[in-house]
Amino acid sequence: MIRVELPAALRALSGAGREVAFELEPPVTPRAILDALEARYPVLRGAIREFGTERRRPLVRFYACRRDLSHEPLDAPLPDAVARGEEPFLVIGAIAGG
Amino acid sequence: MSGVRVLVGTRKGAFVLTADGKRDRWTVNGPFFAGWEIYHLKGSPVDPDRIYASQSNGWFGQQVQRSSDGGKTWEPVGKEFAYDGVPGTHQWYDGTPHPWEFKRVWHFEPAAGDPDHVYAGVEDAALFESKDGGLTWSELSGLRGHGTGPQWTPGAGGMCLHTIVQDPTNPRRLFVAISAAGAFRSDDGGRSWKPITKGLRSKHIPDPTAEVGHCVHRIALHRSRPNVLFMQKHWDVMRTDDAGDHWREISGNLPTDFGFAIDVHAHEPETVYVVPITSDQEHFPPEGKLRVFRSRSGGNEWEPLTKGLPQRDCYVNVLRDAMAVDTLDACGVYFGTTGGQVYASADAGDSWAPIVRDLPAVLSVEVQTLP
Repeated sequence: MIRVELPAALRALSGAGREVAFELEPPVTPRAILDALEARYPVLRGAIREFGTERRRPLVRFYACRRDLSHEPLDAPLPDAVARGEEPFLVIGAIAGG
Repeated sequence: MSGVRVLVGTRKGAFVLTADGKRDRWTVNGPFFAGWEIYHLKGSPVDPDRIYASQSNGWFGQQVQRSSDGGKTWEPVGKEFAYDGVPGTHQWYDGTPHPWEFKRVWHFEPAAGDPDHVYAGVEDAALFESKDGGLTWSELSGLRGHGTGPQWTPGAGGMCLHTIVQDPTNPRRLFVAISAAGAFRSDDGGRSWKPITKGLRSKHIPDPTAEVGHCVHRIALHRSRPNVLFMQKHWDVMRTDDAGDHWREISGNLPTDFGFAIDVHAHEPETVYVVPITSDQEHFPPEGKLRVFRSRSGGNEWEPLTKGLPQRDCYVNVLRDAMAVDTLDACGVYFGTTGGQVYASADAGDSWAPIVRDLPAVLSVEVQTLP
């Protein structure tokens, strides 16, 4: 079971809880997680990744297992602990603004 | 008894303020979309319970919200604003070509006749429309493509299409304004466009009378006289009597002709309101006195309206989309400030009182007059 934590703004937007959990076939990658997340919550399309390019939005970060994975390729496999559900995949709004 | 509904967009959410026709006791609802920037909300002229709201922030981008019950409940609708074809480039601040990139919706203008038809003005400047209630959006690309687009440059606030005015007697005629490109008119429902800037003079561009490059802040008209437009430009208050073909300055005796907001009395087409702001560097009222100026002669002669407004130590701004009027018999005038106040006048500006004092910075104010 994959676990994803969303920031407060996206929880309010989507109605999702703090943590979203779902099954995912391997390989478990950021793209696979985001595709599944957006399928469950279509309002999140464009909010984490840009429309068209599917690039991570500049002020969004992906963390897992105490690592910043934001600059890893979207198709790079995530740590086993994330794939096993032992650690969540964190979607973070970067510290910016007031 | 008739009433009014004031739709307020702020830096950190939306608020809906309601009152009966006396406009002296208000109910404040909100914040809706707390924490998000709400650049603009506006209701349909044919179905006032249909309201569109632009919700955005720097982290998570653009959302579009739609209400079908007057702002009580909302649903997210389409938010994909894809430029038509290859977007091309406009000029960047340093003069180099820069690709068009969507950033946010500044303004919604629900069309006359159909609550599902709505226009959206966006940054980087372009005009979109939806004919399915906001579910899908398509660009009216004749605006960017009419020829001057590559010359457009952003103003300090970005290159935004912030003003959309539909001729109430001819829905195929549209006016838009862009910072810092100028004003444009379409006579075929937005398919083709031409600049309407003859008579504008802007010292901040190399050729002060160039066809494009003027930083138009806001345009307003009276529905009974759609060929007469009033404009608050970066500097100068302007007027045209021929739908933009020729403009003339009407700043007259204003203490400063810099400002953002401008609007027209609901029943007196020659009565115009502006809120003078000191300068492009000092975005606050002259002398720390918050004054609305009213002309009852279509410009040039202006009177300060001060009763109920702070007349000392006031250093707020009133942004371009933050003034509106109702259509009750005694025309109501409303404006919001970057200090979070929303002021209302139920007597056409003679006296003012705050509806609320402590909202987040106000980005936009729209008013609906309800039966």
